[in-house]
Amino acid sequence: MSLHQFLLEPITCHAWNRDRTQIAISPNNHEVHIYQKSGNQWVKSHELKEHNGHITGIDWAPKSDRIVTCGADRNAYVWSLKDGVWKPTLVILRINRAATFVKWSPLENKFAVGSGARLISVCYFESDNDWWVSKHIKKPIRSTVLSLDWHPNNVLLAAGSCDFKCRVFSAYIKEVEEKPGPTVWGSKMPFGEVMFESGPSGAAGEGAGGGWVHGVCFSQSGNRLAWTSHDSTVAIAEGGKTSTISSLISETLPLLCVSFITENSLVAAGHDCYPVLFVFDGAKGSVTYGGKLDVPKQTSQRGISARERFQNLDRRGSSSETTEQGLESLHKNSISQISVLEGGKSKCSKFCTTGMDGGMVIWDVKSLESSMKDLKIV
Amino acid sequence: MEALQAVLKNPPINTKNQKVKERAEGLVLKVLSAFKSSDVENGIQSLDKNGVDLLMKYIYKGFETPSDNSSAVLLQWHEKALSAGGVGCILRVLTARKTV
Repeated sequence: MSLHQFLLEPITCHAWNRDRTQIAISPNNHEVHIYQKSGNQWVKSHELKEHNGHITGIDWAPKSDRIVTCGADRNAYVWSLKDGVWKPTLVILRINRAATFVKWSPLENKFAVGSGARLISVCYFESDNDWWVSKHIKKPIRSTVLSLDWHPNNVLLAAGSCDFKCRVFSAYIKEVEEKPGPTVWGSKMPFGEVMFESGPSGAAGEGAGGGWVHGVCFSQSGNRLAWTSHDSTVAIAEGGKTSTISSLISETLPLLCVSFITENSLVAAGHDCYPVLFVFDGAKGSVTYGGKLDVPKQTSQRGISARERFQNLDRRGSSSETTEQGLESLHKNSISQISVLEGGKSKCSKFCTTGMDGGMVIWDVKSLESSMKDLKIV
Repeated sequence: MEALQAVLKNPPINTKNQKVKERAEGLVLKVLSAFKSSDVENGIQSLDKNGVDLLMKYIYKGFETPSDNSSAVLLQWHEKALSAGGVGCILRVLTARKTV
């Protein structure tokens, strides 16, 4: 686990390049900073300034080496590296509210942008006119789209939005690809078709409720979809059997981002400032809490002095044993994004989290497994 | 103990009738105050996760209209329910769209 503190401003979003030597981050303003790894330090190598509003999403396409950014100024730019300089190309999204999230598709011939205009813009490159064209998915979305994830077949797109639902859409564009084969989520996939819509997170007998869906993630095979919601629940749906949505109500603060690390386990992180492991049992269809992934080393075990005891009593109304002066986790503020660094979503060995404290932490799965005895990553 | 289970069994979530909700809330309050302080812990253990969430909703509803003794009793229940349900439980009270 290595923590690197970039700046004091929150990191709104980040993206890694293919060999993980460069990271593009946005420090909560209009710019993107690209840092290059040199030894153990990170050196700023480029600054991309083109947006007029805060940048809300960055994604770096590993194979074609292009960066797409989207921002609160309702625009998206595709950046390509030419002669050592990143050159932007404007993408006309035709949205009238801010963009919230952007993701390249697995084959990198299109990307999807979620926005506050209650629609998803799927953009592809039209070589006749030499520019990016966007198509909109509007139909059942009734509020801001908060997060997106592509299915490995390059056609299905999962979107979580503020109308408390997680949906799988088809983003099939006939100009750039051939018809996809049938998947567990359905076989006929015209553009904009809703293949799956979740009920409110977890049918906990409370009727329509749940919360904003903050993070969604497909598993490596694309058969499973996980999402986290603002009512502190995590849910996993298995494609095909339409009504099996297994959800777990957790006791922590809401989780903001989630990612599969193997076919059966996922890591999620959020307002609690530490990543958490969940294990899904496909046979039983249940999600269980695996454990907290951030156990600080037992630092000082010194006894608490009498003076401190009274001080605690005075300040906090309790004479508890622990001297919890600050958060004991590596991140000091909410974690906003999690990304898999090595191993893909099926056998992840390293993942990275960035948060509102301006820090980036790289977690190593093997060392986590060995340091926490009960942790089992299935 | 059974009174607790019974009163939590059919919460008036779907009705728009304010009177029904108030009556249900009054009933829950009576049951909660009838418990001895030492029994509160056992009461919470007997509920499942959804029950704890529901109980938390009633507790917060009760906080909204404090009467003479209710706050103390509710605070006690709140502390025990918090240790059972965690912060996530409170979040579900805040984000739930259909109130008790």
